[in-house]
Amino acid sequence: MIELTKDNFEAEVLQCTDKAVFVDFWSDGCEVCLELMPGVHELEAKYSDKIKFASLNIKGARRLAISQKVMGLPAMIIYSQGQVMGRITPDEIDESIDNVESFIESIYKNL
Amino acid sequence: MEKIYDTIIIGGGPGGLSAAIYAARSKMRTLVIEQKRKTGGQAATTSEMENYPGFPSASGPEIMDKFKEHCDKFGVEFTKGKVEKVELEDDGFLKRIITKDQTFVSKTVIIGTGAEPRVLGIRGENTFRGRGVSYCATCDADFFEDLDIVVVGNGNTAVEEAIYLTKFVNKVTMIVIHDQGVMDADKVAQEQAMENEKIEFIWNSTVSEIGGEDMVDHVMIKNVKTGHAEKFACDGVFMFVGTVPRSSFVEGLVELSPQKYIKVNERMETNVPGIFACGDVTDKFLRQVVTAAGDGAVAAVVAEKYIEEEENWNKKVKNSVDPVLVAFWSPIDSVSMDAMSELEKMHSVQASTKLVKIDAYKNQRIASKYGVSNIPTILRIENGQVKNIVTSNNMNDLKKII
Repeated sequence: MIELTKDNFEAEVLQCTDKAVFVDFWSDGCEVCLELMPGVHELEAKYSDKIKFASLNIKGARRLAISQKVMGLPAMIIYSQGQVMGRITPDEIDESIDNVESFIESIYKNL
Repeated sequence: MEKIYDTIIIGGGPGGLSAAIYAARSKMRTLVIEQKRKTGGQAATTSEMENYPGFPSASGPEIMDKFKEHCDKFGVEFTKGKVEKVELEDDGFLKRIITKDQTFVSKTVIIGTGAEPRVLGIRGENTFRGRGVSYCATCDADFFEDLDIVVVGNGNTAVEEAIYLTKFVNKVTMIVIHDQGVMDADKVAQEQAMENEKIEFIWNSTVSEIGGEDMVDHVMIKNVKTGHAEKFACDGVFMFVGTVPRSSFVEGLVELSPQKYIKVNERMETNVPGIFACGDVTDKFLRQVVTAAGDGAVAAVVAEKYIEEEENWNKKVKNSVDPVLVAFWSPIDSVSMDAMSELEKMHSVQASTKLVKIDAYKNQRIASKYGVSNIPTILRIENGQVKNIVTSNNMNDLKKII
């Protein structure tokens, strides 16, 4: 899992060409995010052949998050060739890692 | 043979964990089924918790970790899963608890599935979820640093979260449906909000629509008196308009209130024997961690009693080969006590029947199940069926049924 900051986001996510990039937006105040995180690590093991996994703590990077149209946590976006392939919002995640996996799967199968 | 639990608790919030502590401590075989990886329920995502007695400065997650630790001490079993259905076995005593991939069997069920934030269902609310519409202040406050937000609602949660949000945002506007100065929150919270310079109020109003391009940039505020709606610029909307119970999986099995809360009596019993409920999912006045914990304790103790009564009845009466005389009495009713000593004398001479004495006050459920409303009442039961009934009005018939 790559830790993103506002300094490496461009290079690691938007400029990444060899794989799709999954970004988990989180913060310390988001208990649901923290709860989902171990599950996200398990998903990384499963899907890492085609997807690079990364996370962005929005604390200190909120403008960057907002520029990615993220203004509520938890939120996850998959990028490919600098483009947003899909995103999942708090209501769709519904505090369930299973919903995160179906989201990843729906994009993974077309990669 | 499959494992039979004494109690299965659905939901690992404060109510469920408290029930689990009480149950496991009295040696009941106890399982908690929690949907999430981490127990603690809503309290586990509430940072500010100032009113749990004995913990003046702990956070919700900290207190909930303590609850879990307490469960572990007494050997509560935990499993992760979402219960989809609860069914009764034919005898009504055993219950089947069904999740997506497993079925569990238990003598009692305690439902503590809690509640979740209510979605108002106004236009834009769903579209802008995660892009300016939020139901969780601690999760999303950081995004709104120095921005202007609207808080919808006026109960304790709405007011407390609005105050919390003022630490981050530029301005909070609370949209209150009531007349000026009237809020559902308690007085202390109201005063704190009124005194807060960053909080402004719009009275007699609701939010009728949330709008924007990519992100929220305005709401429509409708005056409920005049019906007039006006555009109001803001960067975010926090919704705290109450909660809805998670009870749909038992709809049709247990009785629900019109708002879908589970109806329980003061013993936390639902209308189905052996199924109890506790905490926010029940139809009650005050939904707090401390009241949920209280409910859980009651539910566990009554559940234990239920098992004891049922098993005692099944063993001594229902499954007895010999005819049984069941005498309902009470040590605080002198007439019934006299009748008992009379009965015991008669019974000692004629011993082809078994005599079982039941305290009608302590075993009200069994008494009412057999229609016993007066004491003393004596039933003659053969092969689990009631053959004769003698009540206080016809005590002279006692000899016949012995």
